[in-house]
Amino acid sequence: MRDRFSIAALSAGVALGLAAPAMATDLEVTHWWTSGGEAAAVAEFAKAFDATGNKWVDGAIAGGGNTARPVMVSRITGGSPMGAFQFNTGRQAEELIEAGLLRDLTDVATKEKWAEVIRPKSLLDGCTVDGKVYCVVVNIHSWQWLWLSNKAFADAGVPVPKNWDEFVAAAPALEAKGIIPLAVGGQPWQTTGAFNVLIPAIAGKDIFLKVYQDKDASVAAGPEIAKVFKAADDARRMSKGSNVQDWNQATNLVITGKAGGQIMGDWAQGEFQVAGQVAGKDYTCLPGLGVNELISTGGDSFYFPKLEDAEKSAAQEVLASTMLSPATQVAFNLKKGSVPVRGDVDLAAANDCMKKGLEILAAGNIIPDTNQLMTEDSNNQLNDLFVQFFSTPSMTPEDAQKRYAEIIANAD
Amino acid sequence: MNEGRTTPPRRVLRNLSAKIASIPMILTATVVFAGGTVWTVVHSFTNSRLLPRLNFIGLDQYERLWSTPRWLTSIENLLVYGGLSLVLQLVIGFVLAALLDQKIRFEDAFRTIFLYPFALSFVVTGLVWQWLLNPDFGVQHVVRGLGWESFTFNPLYDQSIVIYGILIAALWQGTGLVMCLMLAGLRGIDEDIWKAARVDGIPMWKTYLFIVIPMMRPVFVTTLVIIASGIVRVYDLVVAQTSGGPGQASEVPAKYVYDYMFAAQNLGQGFAASTMMLLSVAIIVVPWAYLEFGRRRS
Repeated sequence: MRDRFSIAALSAGVALGLAAPAMATDLEVTHWWTSGGEAAAVAEFAKAFDATGNKWVDGAIAGGGNTARPVMVSRITGGSPMGAFQFNTGRQAEELIEAGLLRDLTDVATKEKWAEVIRPKSLLDGCTVDGKVYCVVVNIHSWQWLWLSNKAFADAGVPVPKNWDEFVAAAPALEAKGIIPLAVGGQPWQTTGAFNVLIPAIAGKDIFLKVYQDKDASVAAGPEIAKVFKAADDARRMSKGSNVQDWNQATNLVITGKAGGQIMGDWAQGEFQVAGQVAGKDYTCLPGLGVNELISTGGDSFYFPKLEDAEKSAAQEVLASTMLSPATQVAFNLKKGSVPVRGDVDLAAANDCMKKGLEILAAGNIIPDTNQLMTEDSNNQLNDLFVQFFSTPSMTPEDAQKRYAEIIANAD
Repeated sequence: MNEGRTTPPRRVLRNLSAKIASIPMILTATVVFAGGTVWTVVHSFTNSRLLPRLNFIGLDQYERLWSTPRWLTSIENLLVYGGLSLVLQLVIGFVLAALLDQKIRFEDAFRTIFLYPFALSFVVTGLVWQWLLNPDFGVQHVVRGLGWESFTFNPLYDQSIVIYGILIAALWQGTGLVMCLMLAGLRGIDEDIWKAARVDGIPMWKTYLFIVIPMMRPVFVTTLVIIASGIVRVYDLVVAQTSGGPGQASEVPAKYVYDYMFAAQNLGQGFAASTMMLLSVAIIVVPWAYLEFGRRRS
């Protein structure tokens, strides 16, 4: 039996090898997609790449971006680069590009007309340095979502809120039933993320851009952001008791109805999907916290280090175009819970929440992601601030705002 | 060739094989340790981000470092953790060693049990104690299960005492080694001293305190160096137990260095912090070394 299988596999491989001009080459791809939904999504990439006759060697690094990025960077600067690696769309790879360690993909990009198919256009601009394209944007992730557990609100005997204010008002009823109103994990980026979601929802898009794009410290110290800190103070009170670390553990509290809701990016949707929950029935999603319906266009990109090996370099090009092919985009993004970067694909299979996201995207209500505007250094300082704010009830919103304005003033 | 044999060998060529054998170590010490240190200190005055660059900005990194609340918390934690773990490890280690030295039965078994935790890495130690101190599974849960419902022992989730939760794990892990070093020192004390003390009618505790301990000075110095170096670089234990939380209550300097060098892609800031760590070690070690070795020469 086993022989027959391997012969079949061999002949299939030969057939594919004939069909695709590329040689079968192993290409190691590193990423930090390890939660259930993420792993299912990345398997779609691997499947599509293997089908081209090459071999996807999975180099998953557990522990999230902050753990994985240093490992990847030290491998690239240390002279043993992988075939491709994932970073968040934005400024994280800036210096690697400047140092000439990453591969220029302009040829593939012009051949496959990325400039025409990728939307919104700002995504490709983020990959472009001095007119050359350095990365493949594979999805659009937005942070601005409030995920609510319908079961938790049914248990507490209150209707599922339609916006942030109703949610805050419903918190005492949840607490009375022993339900944590807002699940927040202990990973520092989660609290910063939640705060950055509150800004456009409470103070509006212009304030968000003034703070993060123009780095205007007077706005950051001003009355509009003070309102946001008041809301963050509410969020802090509501998140008391969520003793979990990872974001997906926090999402799991919402899935099981132990927590009322969570402010988390649309990647949380993958977890609801893996748990077999249905949007609208088991859980509710409110883009822009139900106040200001807009989404950010962050996400993930793949970068390709310069390699000596010609075969591997050829395989890199195949991988880049595979990742952007319409079929892979749909399969990957449905599993990942994100939105495809191509406007020309069919998303009939998308669920309610994803459709909401697509509508907002089509209407152009978008903001850039903080990763695209701020350096990792500034983001880390914000992480330090917000993790302290959220875990220290004695820290006043005024004190926190003062430090916030300082960080913005020093950002570049 | 014959001439070489008749003249006495030159000093440089004496013990030639030993000198050749030590070349790798000398190179490692100068290039890796000294060279790396100088390189780090130099780059701490630059604005290096993800990759090292020689773009000098003076003391900016240090100004930022000392105005960062997280760094100040880290220093404070290191002082509390360091002071307590130094004193407690020495005291507990010595007392255990003195007890084992009373020619008790099953000494080997006890020694093995006390030393066993040292065989575990800090990461494993940290995870074990994270579970033991977790209010939902660990000590608190067990005691409450026995009927004491109001019992609260929850150090890892309380900002004001979290550093003691880490201290407990560190003591559990490290005291065994200190005990073994002390025991070796005690065994090195001549039996005749004990006999003489007994003849003079000096009580046992006094003999330990005023005769034996001063005689064990070299052992104490060795132990002190081992414990102190462990304290300054404490990192993995904290990461495994609390990842610096809740909030930033259990941050330590080594973690600040790592986070800013790698996660925040700000090498300059990380180098500034590690230079401060080096400086603080130097402030303690240099006067001590001067007293210890400088005195002998004069």
